Amino acid sequence: MNLKQVSSAQIAALVQGDKVHKDLYLSEELFAIEQRELFGSTWSFLGHASQIAESGDFFTVDIAGQSLIVLRDDKGEIRALHNRCAHKGAQLLTTESGRLSGRFLRCPYHAWSYRLDGALAAYPLRSGYENTGLLACESGRGLSPVAALHVYRDFIFARLNAGGPTFHEYFGDVLPTIDLMVDRSPVGRLEIAGGVLRNVVHCNWKLYLENVNDSVHPVSTHESAVRAAQAVARDRGAEPMPLAFEQILPFGERYEFFEGMGGKVFPNGHSISGTRFSVHSGYGNLGEYVKDLQAAYGEERAKQVLEQAPQNTVLYPSLAIKGSPQTIRVIRPIAVDKTVIEAWNFRTVGGPDLLLDRALTYSRLVFSPMSVVAHDDLHLFESQQKGLRSGPNPWVSLHRDHVPGESDQQTVETSGTSELLMRNQYRAWAKFMTLNMKDA
Amino acid sequence: MSVPECVELIYREAFLLDEGRYEEWLQLFSPGGRYWVPLSRSQGERDARLSIADEDMDLLRLRVERLASGRAHSQQPASVMQHVLQQPMLGEESTDTDTRVFRTAFTYSECRQDEVVVLHGHYVHRLVRLDGQWRIELKRVNLLNAASRLPMIQLFP
Repeated sequence: MNLKQVSSAQIAALVQGDKVHKDLYLSEELFAIEQRELFGSTWSFLGHASQIAESGDFFTVDIAGQSLIVLRDDKGEIRALHNRCAHKGAQLLTTESGRLSGRFLRCPYHAWSYRLDGALAAYPLRSGYENTGLLACESGRGLSPVAALHVYRDFIFARLNAGGPTFHEYFGDVLPTIDLMVDRSPVGRLEIAGGVLRNVVHCNWKLYLENVNDSVHPVSTHESAVRAAQAVARDRGAEPMPLAFEQILPFGERYEFFEGMGGKVFPNGHSISGTRFSVHSGYGNLGEYVKDLQAAYGEERAKQVLEQAPQNTVLYPSLAIKGSPQTIRVIRPIAVDKTVIEAWNFRTVGGPDLLLDRALTYSRLVFSPMSVVAHDDLHLFESQQKGLRSGPNPWVSLHRDHVPGESDQQTVETSGTSELLMRNQYRAWAKFMTLNMKDA
Repeated sequence: MSVPECVELIYREAFLLDEGRYEEWLQLFSPGGRYWVPLSRSQGERDARLSIADEDMDLLRLRVERLASGRAHSQQPASVMQHVLQQPMLGEESTDTDTRVFRTAFTYSECRQDEVVVLHGHYVHRLVRLDGQWRIELKRVNLLNAASRLPMIQLFP
């Protein structure tokens, strides 16, 4: 069932040095290749270890159209298995999360049972399989694990295909971003808390992810939300500003602010926007907690942890992190023009409740289906999805701050508004789309 | 009993929204009023949990201000809404003579050009009597599918 042959040269031609072809967002055929190649050979975020704190806890997640079970086995190990009975393909688990009742996964259809490492343990009418090829074929091997799994400071990542970089080769120098967020806890531990917001957006996933790195849009896109917030804030007069307004008003910063906040790209599509400061800098009132952090990590590290508040860190292609306010967005492509965005939040173990409050308030204000900030974003992504179909110009411009001969896949510091952050995503896209492609 | 007066207030609230008369709608709330769309029906009023919306009067004014400004990109074209309410039921929590709690099943449709979002659920209105006037202290919107993947909801279920 091969798709029509697309060569790696054809794919490479879609990503030019300073622009990308609209087919990246519009082509169903490219979407199907992405699911198999890009999401097969890169590392996707599955979830957080705190979601499966005890042995037998599980959650299910779809990555690139493939249903996975992520569980903690009887020895406390985290495992990720394809949620597909080896017999006839029924899903072993159909709920989002829960706890297994025993030490086996049992298919409800014909009672094939598996150990928590996926090995086939029992199946009815066993004698009927004697002298058949069952045990010699894939079905006899039980549930398939993902090709590679890595848990980094409780963040669970997987690579679906056998071919591809190791975890550390892939993420490299962007990983300290996770450390900075985890070290906001004096005991170095975060827990998912408060539930999850789920949005469905009728646009290609790359339009969303590209926007995570776009600090030029707030001035025009969020004008209506910012002006309304400013008007209400003015009416409050000298009263102290509530958390919600402290979080919305900075969207009204000017171009110079966003340009000056700094950006950084890393090999394989990852990036940080807001390396120097961001709209999240200057959330204060932390009190005693600062001392707890200093006691845990020393003054210098505590200062570094508290001062680092990038606008966004992208762990390409599935995760966007806001270290402060401790919120992550997970990007899940569903179809070429349909994307699910989830917003999850962290409690800082040993830290003040205020940190979780900030995360929950920010997510609600900015990442909820009812967010007045997000409405203008999502409207524009959906409008791009329609607009790109029109006219003879096939290109999406990414020229801002482009330098001819710009180095590819290096760690580079740049301005907060440089489109290098997006060019870097698309260079990684072309690289991983074609990594395992054997041209005829 | 002031039940008919309270029921009238709940219907009027939906009517003012459907008509886009937001300034009058805001006047129905008490000064400490709250408009809340929690993520689950079991969520407590002070739980440290996410909500789809959780607005005090300042945040409600922000929404109304933005909609009225004509600058909201996502309101080109503008959305319109229709609430269909079942008869409000007086809740057992209505112990105090100046506090009444009602539960009202609803269907909500929000339409923008060719797109329609339809939501179902029930409201919990907590009404308080201030200077002889019933006002909304809390409008809790329990969506049937709050935990689902939701598209933009731009107005007020």
